[in-house]
Amino acid sequence: MAKHFVSATINGDDVEFRCETEQTLLDVLRSELHMTGTKNGCGTGDCGACTVIMNGRSVNSCLVLGAELDGAEIETVEGMATGTELHPIQQKFLDHAALQCGICTPGFMTQAKALLARNPDPTETEVRFGLAGNLCRCTGYDKIIRAVLDAAAEMRASK
Amino acid sequence: MGVLRNVSDLNYETPTDIESAVALLTDNDRAKVLAGGTDLLVQLREEMIEPSLIVDIKRIAETRIVKMGADEIRIGAAVTGAELDENDALKAAWPGVVEGVELIGSWQVQGRATIGGNLCNGSPAADGVPALIAGAAKIVIVGPNGTREVPAEDFNTGPGQNVLAKGEFVVSIVLPVRPPKSSDAYLRFIPRTEMDIAVVGAGVSLTLNEDGTCAAARMSLGAVAPKAVLVESATDILVGKKLTDDVLAALAEAASASCDPIDDKRGTIKFRIKVAAVLARRAATIAWQRAEKS
Repeated sequence: MAKHFVSATINGDDVEFRCETEQTLLDVLRSELHMTGTKNGCGTGDCGACTVIMNGRSVNSCLVLGAELDGAEIETVEGMATGTELHPIQQKFLDHAALQCGICTPGFMTQAKALLARNPDPTETEVRFGLAGNLCRCTGYDKIIRAVLDAAAEMRASK
Repeated sequence: MGVLRNVSDLNYETPTDIESAVALLTDNDRAKVLAGGTDLLVQLREEMIEPSLIVDIKRIAETRIVKMGADEIRIGAAVTGAELDENDALKAAWPGVVEGVELIGSWQVQGRATIGGNLCNGSPAADGVPALIAGAAKIVIVGPNGTREVPAEDFNTGPGQNVLAKGEFVVSIVLPVRPPKSSDAYLRFIPRTEMDIAVVGAGVSLTLNEDGTCAAARMSLGAVAPKAVLVESATDILVGKKLTDDVLAALAEAASASCDPIDDKRGTIKFRIKVAAVLARRAATIAWQRAEKS
């Protein structure tokens, strides 16, 4: 049986799991908890595909050990929508066609959520810097930036 | 898929006090300290290291706090870049130290990467280090023989190397509280605008007299030698002077003269030596302007 017994909160739910020391938060999400919304890209913190929010800050889940999670609060892309209603960031990614293959999309949307939580009214430059840790090989980024700026405007208006 | 290694003999401990951490590190020949993990987990994954124990120091209170004292500022080794950025008092006192750490990686990396980890990882291009050297920071090391302090410029001994002995780890970093009209700055050159490794980095810390002359100054350069270097001649060049073109030219020359860089894909030797001069001049100018306003 795996060494570590960990209790954490994921998307508001209390979760308990076992993991080996070698397993990252990304491994735990995908392989132990079968939450495959979070994607595995580079595994070295360069691409941002595995971005999740941990204790209120976005992190690369490939650079966090599962064993470190005891008592942590994690938010993943699976927690963005409310029932069948998409989060404004998700809806704007669709509206602006801000994705093609989709592998980077959960990471981008999670990072965008973290960015807008700290800066609800970012400039385009701030969005570009805020998303600099997320790589996309399809879109050329521009549609992603538009989607995030548009989502920010909608989220401000609905407050 | 995605598991760092296929062996399961790797243990993980979360000591909550310094003594327990030191005991774990002393008793285990293949122990590694974990703070933010942004370097350690990559090294594990790439099998550059094969520890049998990971000692997570983040649950030790001393590693996680920034204490603004009357005579000193004590920054826990495991304080993250994002946390430093949100600390207005520290940013006002040592803007260059904070801007150096802030340059490390993306938002996601900033949420995890720590000031102590950047130092201990020992990259010659570490963005968090030159401003600490310029700031005359002391590295507080705990170990089986108690506590010792090492000047920041003496901590690293080469790429990936430092003075830590068996059982020791960095618990905090101490910066002095400076007189009014003091400030600092850190600049780096990278080929893109974000998320890259410094080709050259320059940190300058200085204090001005009431008459506008320089009372104290230190400069450090990163990525131009096997470790970040203290440019000792910079102190004499700046102290007692005003910020004139001649002074800046002498400073630039001293910066270039202290370079012993490598050629790599990010920059040639010649380019690094030239850029060191430019960044030294600019960082000194920014630090000076900040000191005038502080």
